[in-house]
Amino acid sequence: MRRQTVTGVVVSAALFVIAATVPVLGSRYYTFVATDIVIFAMLATSLNLLVGLSGLVSFGHAAYFGVGAYVCGILMKAGGVPFLAAWLLGGVGGALLAGVFGYFCVRLTRVYFSMLTLAFAQIVWAVCFKWNDVTGGEQGYPDVPMPDLAFLDWLPWIGSLRSGDKFYFVVLMLATVSMLAMRRIANSSFGRILTCIRDNLERTQFIGIDVRRHQLVVFTIAGGFAGLAGGLFGIFNRGVFPDFCYWPKSAEVLIMTILGGMYSFWGPSIGAAVLIILNQYIVSRTEYWPLVLGAIMLALLFAFPRGIAGAVGAAWRSRDRFNA
Amino acid sequence: MLEVRDLRKSFSGFVATSDVSFSVRRKQILAVIGPNGAGKSTLFNLITGHLAPDRGEVLLEGRDITGASPHRICRMGMGRSFQRTNIFSRLTVYENVQASLIAHQGRGLNMWRRSDAQLRDKTEAMLQSLGLADECDTVAGELSHGGQKQVELAIALAGEPRVLLLDEPTAGMSAQETGEVIRLLDRIVEERELTLLFTEHDMDVVFSIAHVVAVLHQGRIVANGAPEEVRRDALVRSIYLGGGMH
Repeated sequence: MRRQTVTGVVVSAALFVIAATVPVLGSRYYTFVATDIVIFAMLATSLNLLVGLSGLVSFGHAAYFGVGAYVCGILMKAGGVPFLAAWLLGGVGGALLAGVFGYFCVRLTRVYFSMLTLAFAQIVWAVCFKWNDVTGGEQGYPDVPMPDLAFLDWLPWIGSLRSGDKFYFVVLMLATVSMLAMRRIANSSFGRILTCIRDNLERTQFIGIDVRRHQLVVFTIAGGFAGLAGGLFGIFNRGVFPDFCYWPKSAEVLIMTILGGMYSFWGPSIGAAVLIILNQYIVSRTEYWPLVLGAIMLALLFAFPRGIAGAVGAAWRSRDRFNA
Repeated sequence: MLEVRDLRKSFSGFVATSDVSFSVRRKQILAVIGPNGAGKSTLFNLITGHLAPDRGEVLLEGRDITGASPHRICRMGMGRSFQRTNIFSRLTVYENVQASLIAHQGRGLNMWRRSDAQLRDKTEAMLQSLGLADECDTVAGELSHGGQKQVELAIALAGEPRVLLLDEPTAGMSAQETGEVIRLLDRIVEERELTLLFTEHDMDVVFSIAHVVAVLHQGRIVANGAPEEVRRDALVRSIYLGGGMH
């Protein structure tokens, strides 16, 4: 194996081990925060397939997250579909919707692309907000059942944990598989061509690449993984609400991605962790939390223009990057 | 090999290409010359699908490619370089050439195989052939102007084109670099049995490698023939003496 690969495996394994030890601390609160982080790390990484890898700045990524949450939640509660199937179908829902919207979005470039992704996301939000019979409308879709995790009971230690901790393990496993799949995609030939599109769209056409087709494929994939993250979040949150699709959610994920470092695979996950922990910490201490949080964000972005991972990478000469 | 018939393109009233027709045989080297603004780059852009013509046809090996998208035309066997060097400037030299090979082999949508070691031998052979082997880990945008032109040529050649269009391959180069490029082009055309079209300001380059020279003036072809004929042509002389020879 090349050094680059070894570094990647070591970093991934270390992150996984750290994440897996959270329930050992024994606090419901820590497990709660960790679950939140893992789900948002997955969502931010899916967004980064667009932003960092392909140069497609989507302002509407929450739409696919929200739709995945609704599909998974409704199937489980109203349809009685088993968790794993419902979860996968949530991903399919996100991907299908992204495929349809993406078809139009990739016809535009730069800020026009971004604006159209935002417009579509607002449509999704409006539908979820008003379609009382299916989504519960403004009131949301409450009481999404916790999946039956009895199948974990035979495991030593994990089997004896609280249901929140067990669910955390399920989230961690599924997110890990998703992240590894995304990592594989980012490092594949397809990923290389996406970096070419990001770097020089015109030249990419002239090496014989159908740029729009590749953009549509990555947009669909990113929507699918966002849907998968949404399915987990709906269960974690014990309900799905229209604000899952609302634009501030899209902005939040975009901030995580940029703050963590969009030219690194793990950057968005770092951004998710930092933003969620900061948020938890500050909200519990001051009512002026938006001001404090905003000031910290500003300072971080000025200090690390390529994100936290970019700064760490430059210091450490990390080679685990998107060939940026 | 390549045939252009009655090609016409205007931009809001300004006629950039006017009823241009010519054909190039296999393994022929055609130089398109003309003063600045004569429509050389527009002509290249029409042939490679960068622009759609208002009228006329472009045939590649007998197939009509008029108005097809650039990536299709590229896949049919046409490679090009741009007047202003157009490469993946934030990727390494190695990655530039490898990406072009990935595209050429139709592996662009392969999401499973890792990219880093793919097509290593072919990529390295290409870099070797163009004298870029020592620069393979350099970020392409950090190379000298001449080096970047070489990278662009390598990108174009990696697609194994049968017809290659080079827009001013020696622009901005020193006399020595220009000489190297001429020798390189000569060798590559021979090795790869390429049909080559190029535009050029440097008449020494034109007359040292072109088999046929077409002179473009105000969007029209005003002369087309063997270099010696064109050199003697009275109209061409008046255009260049009047418009200033570059």
